[in-house]
Amino acid sequence: MLVRRLRRAYRRAAVRGYKPPAAAESYRGVWVLVEQTAGEGAPVSWELMGVGTKLASELGVPLEAVVLGDGVEHLAGEAIAYGAKKVYLVDDPVLATYRTYPYTRATVDLVRKYRPEILLMGATTFGRDLSGAVATELETGLTADCTRLEVDPETRLLKQTRPAFGGNVMATIICKKHRPQMATVRPRVMEMPKKDGSRSGEVVREDLFLAEDEIGTWVLETIEEKGKAVYLDKAEVIVAGGKGLGDAANFELLKELADVLGGTLGASRAAVDAGWISAEHQVGQTGITVRPKVYFAIGISGAVQHLVGMQTSDVIVAINNDPKAPIFKVATYGIIGDLFEIVPALTREFKAKLSSPRAGAKGGRPWTKSLMLR
Amino acid sequence: MHAVCCIKQVPDTTEVKINRKTGTLERKGVPSIINPYDVHGVEEAVRLKEKYGGTVTLLSMGPPQARDALKKAMTFGADRAILLSSRVFAGSDTLATSYILAEALEKIDAEERIDLIFCGKQAIDGDTAQVGPGIATRTGVSQLTYVMEIEAVDFTKGEIIVQRKLHGARERVRARLPALLTVVKEINELRRASLPNMIKAARSEIEVWDEKDLDGEVERMGLKGSPTAVTKIFPPAPRDRGEIIAREGDDPEEAAARLVELLVVEKVIADI
Ligand SMILES: Cc1cc2nc3c(=O)[nH]c(=O)nc-3n(C[C@H](O)[C@H](O)[C@H](O)COP(=O)(O)OP(=O)(O)OC[C@H]3O[C@@H](n4cnc5c(N)ncnc54)[C@H](O)[C@@H]3O)c2cc1C
Repeated sequence: MLVRRLRRAYRRAAVRGYKPPAAAESYRGVWVLVEQTAGEGAPVSWELMGVGTKLASELGVPLEAVVLGDGVEHLAGEAIAYGAKKVYLVDDPVLATYRTYPYTRATVDLVRKYRPEILLMGATTFGRDLSGAVATELETGLTADCTRLEVDPETRLLKQTRPAFGGNVMATIICKKHRPQMATVRPRVMEMPKKDGSRSGEVVREDLFLAEDEIGTWVLETIEEKGKAVYLDKAEVIVAGGKGLGDAANFELLKELADVLGGTLGASRAAVDAGWISAEHQVGQTGITVRPKVYFAIGISGAVQHLVGMQTSDVIVAINNDPKAPIFKVATYGIIGDLFEIVPALTREFKAKLSSPRAGAKGGRPWTKSLMLR
Repeated sequence: MHAVCCIKQVPDTTEVKINRKTGTLERKGVPSIINPYDVHGVEEAVRLKEKYGGTVTLLSMGPPQARDALKKAMTFGADRAILLSSRVFAGSDTLATSYILAEALEKIDAEERIDLIFCGKQAIDGDTAQVGPGIATRTGVSQLTYVMEIEAVDFTKGEIIVQRKLHGARERVRARLPALLTVVKEINELRRASLPNMIKAARSEIEVWDEKDLDGEVERMGLKGSPTAVTKIFPPAPRDRGEIIAREGDDPEEAAARLVELLVVEKVIADI
């Protein structure tokens, strides 16, 4: 049998003869699992510390963090600066690069030992790979891509709200009996909390008794695709185009505007499907969730699958010649008109302001700099 | 080589109705397709079969109509199709689903040793991406998610080398077989079904299994075996309707100037 061939003893418990572990009441505390690459914490983990702090205080328990990796002690300090009262640290060479099995093992062992009632992770490639494995090993519920997390103070249940069926509805999900209650949240959905280096907390070191030859996967290399990578989720300004552009060449118009603002190009799926721009730029349900300071939706109708990926942007500017386009329902500022006239005019107007002596004197990209201030 | 591809039948559109009591999907009257990512898993498995010989088995859990999805997927050149269908399975969340699928995989494996399991990176109806890792964890096989390329497979040595698609990077990983791969669309271009495969698919029998065919405990299947429950379904909160600052026929230059002005006043873009 499959299960007998690999990691037998450890797995079998999870597959057959399972008895729910301790009663739910014996689980206490809110945990955030800190994602890191080469010792650098992922912003989504710090965002989770913000919502985690709120949940923990409502439950009257401390917020705690889990840091896994090799040579990552500094991240324990960072987690404390973001609000963790206690950090469980597993620092082990087998955790040097992310691999499902050792990370699952480390997380599961910690959960079994310390029993948190809530465990949060980012809904990134890492978090999605790990959370599914951890929840299965622990035989507990997991809710992906939550956009809102609240606790019911009476039952202590975590109310996990996420878009369902392409964003047409929101669903609130609970996990009544099994613990921990696990949820993932996409980057940029939760507010980034303030970092405060003066906070103090406790670091608890734990060992991972796992030999390299038990693992069975080896990361050979990681090939950066820097030039090609689009960091939409980190962008402060996004200039996104849709089917209304009519042609790949017209993305040039948007690029000119984006360049003036130090922004990044985004797109609807229709524009991606038309082959006008690569899939990395796609915003929405099957693309990336973004939360920039300003989102320009240009020639985008505003289908619900697009909206779920951008509607938490601080300011949304919609440019569309159809007054009935649903994008206007979410737009902070709407311009009804022909994008081919409006966009070049906007670029000119922004450029004119930028060439003023004060902005010029700052050098570089004054727009992005000033945007960061807010 | 023996590859098993897990496929899911999903609604073709996201405009679906929901049973407000149970929070489950009303599938009646909604056209269905095979989850688009899963199809690429089937394509990849068939390519391996063409290169190394062997068997491709399709596995799906769903209502009796999911038979159509399996029939369709057979046209790629698969050999066998199994539908897991029973009232006992209904209402399964991802934990219960991976349990049922893992039990079925154990049974298939007992009949013919499995080397590879393919899943799509996620299903477009739920978007959870949890079932693949769930199956890998339960069966104890190597878990390889977001696979964009299979570089090499050595069935005698029992090893595979793949490239995983990460954010802004690709990762080359070597792993022991058996392995479960969840695949992204970039992994291959889908083929057009060949006439012989279409005939073969049309003639194929879909085996239907229920809980009695599996070893697993029924308490861990379906609604009973699902730790999560939907408590509330509601429409998304509308964002405050903003301001239309220019209409058809207004001067574009003026509209642009006004927008720039507003963004500055709002301090979205700081004063210059
Ligand atoms: C399962 C599923 C997942 C999906 N995931 C996503 C996703 O992640 N992201 C996504 O974006 N979509 C997604 N979609 C697709 C989505 O439903 C829409 O089809 C898509 O967003 C439409 O893109 P669009 O707005 O560019 O095109 P259209 O809807 O065709 O809109 C084009 C707009 O441009 C306007 N226009 C045309 N000419 C001009 C002009 N000269 N000046 C100004 N305006 C003009 C038109 O008035 C129109 O409003 C998904 C769909 C499904 C079923």
